[in-house]
Amino acid sequence: MAMHDLDMTHVNPETRKLTKSGLPLARLGYGGAALALVAATGVLEGYELFLASAILSYAIAAMGLNVLMCYNGQLSLGHGAFFAIGASGAAICIDRFAVHFALTPIIAGVVGMGAGWLIGKPALKLEGVYLALATFGLAIATPTVLRSDLFSEWTGGVQGLFLLINPAPEWTGLDLDQSIYVAVVLYFLIFAFVTLRLVRGLNGKAWIATRDNPIAARAMGFDVTRAKTRAFVFSVLACSVGGALSAVAVQFVAPDSFPFFLSISLFTAVVVGGLCSPLVGPLLGASFIVMVPNLTEEIWQGGSWAVYGAFIIVIMAIQPRGLAGMLAWVRAKVTATSNND
Amino acid sequence: MTFFLEQLIIGLSSGGIYAIMALALVMIYKSTGHVNLAQGEMAVFSTFIAWSLVQMGVPIWPAIFLTMAVSFVGAIVLERVVVRPFAEADDLVIVAVFVGLFLGIHSLAGAIWKYEVKPFPSAFSDGSVNLMQDLSIRIHTLGSLATTGAVLAATWFFFRYTRLGLALRAAADNHESSRLVGINVSFMLALGWGLAAGIGAVAGVMIAPVTFLDPGMGLAPLIFALAGALLGGITSPFGAALGGLIVGVLEAMISANVHYGIEYRELLALMLILSVLLVRPAGLFGEIVTRRV
Amino acid sequence: MLKSTTALVMGLTLASGAMAADYDKGASDEEIKFGAIVPLSGPASAYGSVGSCISAYFDMVNDKGGINGRKISVSVQDDGYNPAKMLEHARRLVEREGVLFIAGNVGTPTNSAIHRYMNQRKVPHLFLTTGASKWDDPENYPWTMGYIPSYAAEGRIYAKYIKENMPDAKIGILYQNDDFGRDYMDAFIDQLGDESMVVSKVSYDTSAATVDSQLSTLKESGADVFFNVSSPKFAAQAIRRAGEIGWEPEQFLVSVSNARSAVLEPAGLEQSTGIISTQYLKEPTNPAYANDPDMLAWREFKENYFPKASEGNWWDWSCYTTSYTLEHVLTQAGDELTRENLMKVAASLEGFEAPMLLPGITVNTSADDFAPIEAMSLMKFDGTNWVLFGDVIAVD
Repeated sequence: MAMHDLDMTHVNPETRKLTKSGLPLARLGYGGAALALVAATGVLEGYELFLASAILSYAIAAMGLNVLMCYNGQLSLGHGAFFAIGASGAAICIDRFAVHFALTPIIAGVVGMGAGWLIGKPALKLEGVYLALATFGLAIATPTVLRSDLFSEWTGGVQGLFLLINPAPEWTGLDLDQSIYVAVVLYFLIFAFVTLRLVRGLNGKAWIATRDNPIAARAMGFDVTRAKTRAFVFSVLACSVGGALSAVAVQFVAPDSFPFFLSISLFTAVVVGGLCSPLVGPLLGASFIVMVPNLTEEIWQGGSWAVYGAFIIVIMAIQPRGLAGMLAWVRAKVTATSNND
Repeated sequence: MTFFLEQLIIGLSSGGIYAIMALALVMIYKSTGHVNLAQGEMAVFSTFIAWSLVQMGVPIWPAIFLTMAVSFVGAIVLERVVVRPFAEADDLVIVAVFVGLFLGIHSLAGAIWKYEVKPFPSAFSDGSVNLMQDLSIRIHTLGSLATTGAVLAATWFFFRYTRLGLALRAAADNHESSRLVGINVSFMLALGWGLAAGIGAVAGVMIAPVTFLDPGMGLAPLIFALAGALLGGITSPFGAALGGLIVGVLEAMISANVHYGIEYRELLALMLILSVLLVRPAGLFGEIVTRRV
Repeated sequence: MLKSTTALVMGLTLASGAMAADYDKGASDEEIKFGAIVPLSGPASAYGSVGSCISAYFDMVNDKGGINGRKISVSVQDDGYNPAKMLEHARRLVEREGVLFIAGNVGTPTNSAIHRYMNQRKVPHLFLTTGASKWDDPENYPWTMGYIPSYAAEGRIYAKYIKENMPDAKIGILYQNDDFGRDYMDAFIDQLGDESMVVSKVSYDTSAATVDSQLSTLKESGADVFFNVSSPKFAAQAIRRAGEIGWEPEQFLVSVSNARSAVLEPAGLEQSTGIISTQYLKEPTNPAYANDPDMLAWREFKENYFPKASEGNWWDWSCYTTSYTLEHVLTQAGDELTRENLMKVAASLEGFEAPMLLPGITVNTSADDFAPIEAMSLMKFDGTNWVLFGDVIAVD
């Protein structure tokens, strides 16, 4: 089934018409949003900053996973493993090597990519249901492996590892929560920029081509394998960085932090957020997986995940393009009515 | 030697369970073209229904048959109401729906029956048969292996020799062509779900006496069943069942003999899947699909 | 005359104003708010009933008029046994919902994630439902206090018993591969002193289907003593399997998994005969306590407020004792409902008799002892019931 109708990387030409100055509204919007995110440091406090850091970390992971699933058309139910690798990597850096927390995502990303290369080689050869099931297996295996004797020495074992994070230097006036948040926002903005460039540039076009018709693409000389590998590596990088940042935000890692359910959540964030929406989808999806469980708990504490599951199904039924799709639909309606005025 | 045989028996015991679950996966895949991730949770839910029936005083065999019937109907309703609206949707969206079902059914089972462990009676006797000194096999294991065989034979016969089975496979393969030939595709899809749920219920009542019943019971068997189905070929009932048995035996052997074997069980299952799929993506006995370029 | 009366009245009014109650966030004239974070979903959900129990208990307290005229509000949150989630809930409870304290939380990795946070924010982190020994550290973590006897302490009891009574034992250990299992095992081995006594250690993960393979390995190792460190489901499987494969070691079973109806009955009562375990509570399924006033009180509580409790589930009776102790602490705090005072009161329990505790066991805390219960009794299963033997053992 062709996926190009889920492709939302193009700015709606209608929207372009609306701005007086001629600047694409989109670019104005992105800049404004970035500013808002940074400004939030001064506005939000403690708990909200912590929550925002968590959401942005997942959003980074979701951006990467979205690239893989949308453009490679490859389903992964196991990226929690890379999230865990990133988090554990960050933990080890901080705990053993006293690396500054803001640098750990970089190291974690590199380590993650190494693991990704190992797992990716065979994984890329699989398709469809086989890939889905293999990654599902990876998700289930991850917590067990983390708990095992082999790794427990590095990851703090079953009791977990507390990460001592030092806030930004005095002169910045930032407390710990703020320091962490600022670092997370910076990484998020970098990733957002990179993702958009990748997706809108030549890479993106190559990906769309290989996804829609890999045989034709190959026939035309596209290195399909290379393109797929690139997408896979990007997804792994994003998950590792997201994992590292989330470990920093929580200041603690333990094997129990990465249950098989985490992989399912990342997948959910991408699809419910909006598949093929490079930025808005992952953000909305990350918010969904962090905030909605609290909501469902209010609705039915004993069966909160039943409500959660129902939410997923209902959202998919209403709008297969997920929350980002709903937003786009609303925006289209709004612009249509204002156009008619 | 006794130790080895003991491991073999343990392996066959779990393998038999994985085999039945794998057959449910084959059924759903052959009839709908999708692997339902929620299959394990549905099987557990069915087992809880059976448990409730037994608590109410229904004898075990009638309870099992009743549960199979209820599961059959329930799954058809589920397919119609929840899955059908997504018939033309993108693969990834459908998987998201399965994820939703997975979480929903699991949570519902926990909310209704709670999370404490419950003993479940065996459909066969509770005793064991002594094979030789210090080596015995549970009668339940023998019964479950026999049941696996029966379900396998029934599934294989159904797909190979019955018109309904053929219609089901056709419907999964090509909606349009099937409709043109007069097959009621929508009925076939629902039927596929119903049958898969029935098989799943059987798997559940075979597992529960061994592991005790609780909402989390389905996860481990599911992953090994998936491994088995992929190993043997998700399109082949015989292959999937054999795959399940092989995975069970391998798991037991590795757990007992390899250092860190027990801890890395799931990882080994995963690596097994990957190795086989790299060499033979369709599994040992699966159909190889050639695509016209 | 009138002037002095007025003066007197005014004076008294002023004085009572000066003696007004002292509150920290979460306490007021009308209510006391606290939180409990437990796993209500995911693989550890069986332990989540602690939350519902505490909630039910304080419903009962409220119906009886509350504590010192105040209503108690409990906010129970689900963390799915995920440390990151527990931190999120703790932060929200403390920073947004404004609770006075948090109590009863389940799990070691989860509580570890909020250990420093609670102490940094100076919020009481009380009566945790986990047996890790790290909660008894008033010097470094003055705001955190455990409750149940530590797993390590219990493990040591078994090790001591074995050394005294079976010095030539060859021990095989089955342990759950998490903080609970390892805590027991490490302390046990440490107490033994001689690690060569342990001929086999096998673990299992909670996601496992059966422990059949593990039991085979244990039997094969030639062990004649079996230390069973598993949660109820796997404990039952293990005991039953041992019987099936004809392995008849001396069995030691951890207290969390020794309930007769939840574990021994499914495992097989005959098979379970002779198993040794410890306990610090009276078990509802033991007919010896049928007319015990504590038991009757618990049953009444269960019937009226906590019907989904199960007699076989340790988490459902132990929480009653914990809640009762918490109620006592809140009552003693009177009108001085500050976090500091709460900790002070909690750390001054002397010989406090909470219901369901075995005779001879009381709750004791002090400024340098944050382990409320430090005594257990050994018991042996006679085929029908658990029978206590020996003296109450004080552990450290």
